[in-house]
Amino acid sequence: MDYVIVLILQILFSVSSLALVCAGLAVIFGMMRVINLAHGEFIMLGGFTTVFATQAGIPIVVSMLVVAPAIVAVIGFVIERLVVRHLYGRMIDTMLATWGLSLLLIGAATMLFGNSVAGISAPFGSFTVGQYRVSVYEMFIVAVTLVLLIGCYLLLRFTRLGLIARGTMQNSEMAASLGISPSKVYSVTFTAGAALSGLAGALLAPLSGVVPTMGKAYVAKAFITVISGGEAILTGLVSASGLLGSVGTLTTFATTPVVGDAALLFAAIILLRFLPNGITGRFFRRSI
Amino acid sequence: MRLTRSSVELTAVALIGLFALFVFPRNVEFYTIISSTIYISLAILALSLALIWGYGGILCFGQAAFFGLGGYAYAVGAWNFDATIYAALLAVVIPTVFAAALGYFMFYGRLNDVYLGVITLTVTLILFKLVNSTGGDAYAIGKARLGGFNGMPGTPFLENPLNGKVLSPEALYGVAVVCLFTCYFLCKAVLASRFGRIVVAIRENETRAELLGYDARPYKLAFFCIGAGIAGISGMIFANSVFVAPTMFDMASTARILIWVIVGGLATLVGPVIGCIALLMITTSLGRSGWIDPNVALGAILIVFVLLVPRGLLPLLNDGLNRALAWLKQERAP
Repeated sequence: MDYVIVLILQILFSVSSLALVCAGLAVIFGMMRVINLAHGEFIMLGGFTTVFATQAGIPIVVSMLVVAPAIVAVIGFVIERLVVRHLYGRMIDTMLATWGLSLLLIGAATMLFGNSVAGISAPFGSFTVGQYRVSVYEMFIVAVTLVLLIGCYLLLRFTRLGLIARGTMQNSEMAASLGISPSKVYSVTFTAGAALSGLAGALLAPLSGVVPTMGKAYVAKAFITVISGGEAILTGLVSASGLLGSVGTLTTFATTPVVGDAALLFAAIILLRFLPNGITGRFFRRSI
Repeated sequence: MRLTRSSVELTAVALIGLFALFVFPRNVEFYTIISSTIYISLAILALSLALIWGYGGILCFGQAAFFGLGGYAYAVGAWNFDATIYAALLAVVIPTVFAAALGYFMFYGRLNDVYLGVITLTVTLILFKLVNSTGGDAYAIGKARLGGFNGMPGTPFLENPLNGKVLSPEALYGVAVVCLFTCYFLCKAVLASRFGRIVVAIRENETRAELLGYDARPYKLAFFCIGAGIAGISGMIFANSVFVAPTMFDMASTARILIWVIVGGLATLVGPVIGCIALLMITTSLGRSGWIDPNVALGAILIVFVLLVPRGLLPLLNDGLNRALAWLKQERAP
């Protein structure tokens, strides 16, 4: 019984950390139909920001939830202005340019911060379920992800900003002819995506440690999950990370984490064979 | 013989090939021959991506997967077989079969560019993780221990199939050169064939090609497999000149293949090969000098080319040459 509870909590944690890692990517993919290959490096920057802010004396929760997203958002905004902006409509070129950024950021971080692991310890301790210990911090991540998803839903569904975002997503030309500047929307989208990636990096920093190449550990899963979800940002994100996250975790429990990742990928490839536009390309089509 | 552009190109490449095979190795130091072998093995890799991306329009972010699989297939075969020539064959067969299986899902699912790129990239990264986790005695195929992060140093080298003697580094260099130029002429032949023309037509406009009665899926799949086979050859030679390690599947490893192709020029075969060798020289000297991280340089080069020179250097050079010729003609005319 206890084992089942722990297993369910573990699945809940992996699904929400997967959703958290994918959120920034999904926002950019949903709006601009491109995969931001510098996603992993935004995560890495969020991690470094958290570590440095915490070491500078800012309370860890503040540096995670406020400082890291803010700093990475600024970096994302600047990058959008300097690079991505010039490539709108050229999807492949946008992806290649963000890949260049990825290499550039890894190299720059290696030069600035060195190749050693910077870490902070996870706060909050742990609680016990029967004879198993469960980290409170992992449940904190679940809670943050839930709040984030609900917040995004409310923002997209009920505010004017959300209306503009959904309109541009559905038909950017029509939105433009109604007086909405697509480039402004894209700029906000990219910045928001960067902020979400920074948040993900901040929250994962205590669990994984921070190195310049830390993004690599997450991007494979994130890329495949986001395209498996399809174009609807939230529904795609939740359904794909729910499905693939469960497959990955259950396989991990039965075998090893690496085989779990491989199973996740395999499930995604089979899924995309039959649903080439992702889950939301076939189901829940009118969702956000 | 009429002097067409393609006959000039073929002749030039053949001459360079003869130079690389007979003149170059006699006039350089031993060390240069060894590093040239590595460069040439990677140039074959650049050629494979140039073919499938430039002419097939298949955005493969995971060419390193086939490169790595080729290397590992050779290494595993070389440990187990009596004659390494069979291992070399295995290095072509395994990536091709893998590409056929992966390509079936991608092309028959009719996935577009963004999806194709992401799936191939993800496959590469997962292969990296898988191979990386194979440390220890439990992971062995026959006599070959996969070695996890450390790779498989000490793999038997290619032998001369006639007398069973291990090839000298000079002979290996010769094999690499022959492979590169054979692959180049093979690509040219494929592109000149009916099959190649249909693939290019599909790249130009898939819908139109299908309306004319060509099913795009098997053509793309077969073309993708050819690219994977060539990448396998590249991995096989790399395994002989360095050794196989999980870094062959690395994200940086797959990124630099794309950079070679973009810098050299998409939709050319010679450009990416030149781009590969030039960039390898640059990154090697940067890595040795140590004042800037090679990743920074590669990333900056990629961004600059995508933003400012999206067609790459060779087409740019070609245009400049054509313009100069046209200008010269105009000068002479009146």
